[in-house]
Amino acid sequence: MNNTFTQLENFGHSLKTACYRLQPKTNDDIHDVFQLAKKQGLTVTARGAGRSYNDASLNGGGIVMDLTGMNRILEWDPATGLVRGEPGVTLSQLWQKVLPDGWWPPVVSGTMTTTLGGCLAANVHGKNNYRVGPIGEHVVEFTALLPTGAEVTCSPEKNADLFYSMIGGYGMLGIFTSVTLQMKKVESGLLEVHAMPSRTLKEQLQQIEDGAPNYDYIVGWLDCITVGHGQVHAANYLHEGEDPEPKKTLQLSYQNLPSRLFGVMPKAWLHYFMTPFVNNVGWWGVNHAKYITSLRTHTFRQSHAAFHFLLDYVPDFERSYGRGGLIEYQSFLPKETALQAWTEMLNLSVKMGLPSYLGVTKRHRPDKFLLTHANDGFSLAQDFKVTDGNRKRLSAMLQEYDKIVLAHGGRFYFVKNSETTAETTLKFYGEETVEKFKKLKKRCDPNGLLESDLYRRIFG
Amino acid sequence: MSDTSKPARATPLRPRRRAILIGASQGIGAALAKELAQAGYTLALLDRNAELLNKVCVGLRADGYEAVPYEHDVTSYESVPVTLRRIVADLGGLDLFVYVAGVIHFPALDEYNFEQDRKMVEVNLLGAMAWMSQVAPMFQNAKSGQIVGISSVAGDRGRIGNPGYNTSKAGLTTYLEALRNRLSRHGVNVITVKPGMVKTEMLTLPGAPRPMFAVTPEQAAGEIARAIRKRRQVVYVSGLWRWIMLVIRHIPSVIFRRMSF
Repeated sequence: MNNTFTQLENFGHSLKTACYRLQPKTNDDIHDVFQLAKKQGLTVTARGAGRSYNDASLNGGGIVMDLTGMNRILEWDPATGLVRGEPGVTLSQLWQKVLPDGWWPPVVSGTMTTTLGGCLAANVHGKNNYRVGPIGEHVVEFTALLPTGAEVTCSPEKNADLFYSMIGGYGMLGIFTSVTLQMKKVESGLLEVHAMPSRTLKEQLQQIEDGAPNYDYIVGWLDCITVGHGQVHAANYLHEGEDPEPKKTLQLSYQNLPSRLFGVMPKAWLHYFMTPFVNNVGWWGVNHAKYITSLRTHTFRQSHAAFHFLLDYVPDFERSYGRGGLIEYQSFLPKETALQAWTEMLNLSVKMGLPSYLGVTKRHRPDKFLLTHANDGFSLAQDFKVTDGNRKRLSAMLQEYDKIVLAHGGRFYFVKNSETTAETTLKFYGEETVEKFKKLKKRCDPNGLLESDLYRRIFG
Repeated sequence: MSDTSKPARATPLRPRRRAILIGASQGIGAALAKELAQAGYTLALLDRNAELLNKVCVGLRADGYEAVPYEHDVTSYESVPVTLRRIVADLGGLDLFVYVAGVIHFPALDEYNFEQDRKMVEVNLLGAMAWMSQVAPMFQNAKSGQIVGISSVAGDRGRIGNPGYNTSKAGLTTYLEALRNRLSRHGVNVITVKPGMVKTEMLTLPGAPRPMFAVTPEQAAGEIARAIRKRRQVVYVSGLWRWIMLVIRHIPSVIFRRMSF
């Protein structure tokens, strides 16, 4: 056991905890891990790519079940677009499998290194959340192994209560063992992207609101240092006939992100060059430079991979934040109160000298999942640099953020949140939802084997 | 064993360092517990004397520190893996392991007492080995951590006064040195602490020598905490003993065996 003790980190490199890492390869192995945990009196957390920003895949002092070894695509049917894979299949594997046949995953995260199991557990959304919902809405069926030893098959019709709670349940009810997803048919390997500048936060939210009905994807970049500067990217799929060479653009070689910058410098080095700029002054400059280049309204075509996987453009970008790493804070506000709430929050961060170095806005709609994070409104994700000197102040600021979000009827997304307490969580989900989830937890996991640092934080 | 709730989990903005301290109910252990708590460690304190241990924990918690007591006898070697696993799960990880537990018996110059010698070896040496052999692979695999063993200047030479104690501490010193050589390449630091005389219970036992250059447990704990912070390797407490022992280590046997100390 002690030989599996490993130091694991969150994606932001801001939290390191050691745990026993076990790597099951089959369903029986997963079962064995549960038995071992029970015998040793330890808890278990599932982990995929470890891409959640904060504590969702960490279990300090307990067992972390690393499912990246279960990464086979079990079935792929190019006729129907149905794909079935093990939980460790990455989005990268998935899109490379389906794109040559003219399909694309309907919902993807900002990085392609995430796994299906992780995506389901966090019920990830893309830049098209307002149109197609989170990834859970495209799951046709999944099978899961519960800590009781039971294997369940869930779909919107079958075991619906488990379907709507295990997806987005942060892996606290059971372990996904296979997932069947419906892919989306695409006619081209390209998207048509419209880029437009926005001068104020209000203008950006208006652009997103007005643009949403006309576009398949929409996303905003917000400068959180010179609050309001920003850019909106809105994209549409190309329809039949719009791409003169769909056969060529659907090829993988056409999609792959270049691994070198200007054909010379390996991109793996890029984050070292960014590091000197990741501070209030340096980033002010970077933001201004970016804003100036954003001022031109223009339209261009971009491959799916390049448009969606922004975070993979600079490999290990999170390393550029230095030793303390970064945390992300995403808040979801109803469309009526978003402007006011974020104005308050952004002003507070500028006043405290703790501005976010990346702000991303998106449009959302509600969904039926029990622990849903989306509502009819917008989300703003902010990245904060963590240093030994700013932890206390940043913590105090995020407490204020939590209050502002709650007061404006907003919601949190726990893979992009690190400090929200159990008390605040109860207020935001409501007692009824939390009760319901805990009841399901009791049913699926009577011995409380599944626990992560996140679970202990938000459900106490 | 412990009836208190588990310490809260670390978050990126509220990081935690966690330490296990064995032999924490009195003397250097109790003083070091306070030093480490002040340095920000969340503590698991172990001792066979549950009553005294609880008192230490209650005192620390009253000051706002986090300390959880675990009753444990270091000679119950088989229970170590389970106890360790439970503590690490309760704390949510482990960054520092400190072994302070130690016993001494001062024999008369013509006394040979195997029972007492055995007890000293069992507590001072085998207990430490039972724990460290479990902690070492964890730290090695995690590629971080610090192991601290409280040995003694008594381990530097075998003297006429106390063969059993000398042996137990010499064994511990050598074991710690070997661990250091094994682990430093994996990013794990091992500290051998060699106190000279410290004004603890030990010096009040029958047959104890007269205090010489003795420091208080608090002073000793302060120096040990400093060594931990600076990731030192071998420290004498107080530092004066480094020079005293340098001389003593070099006394040739032909003279040393005729000396009366």
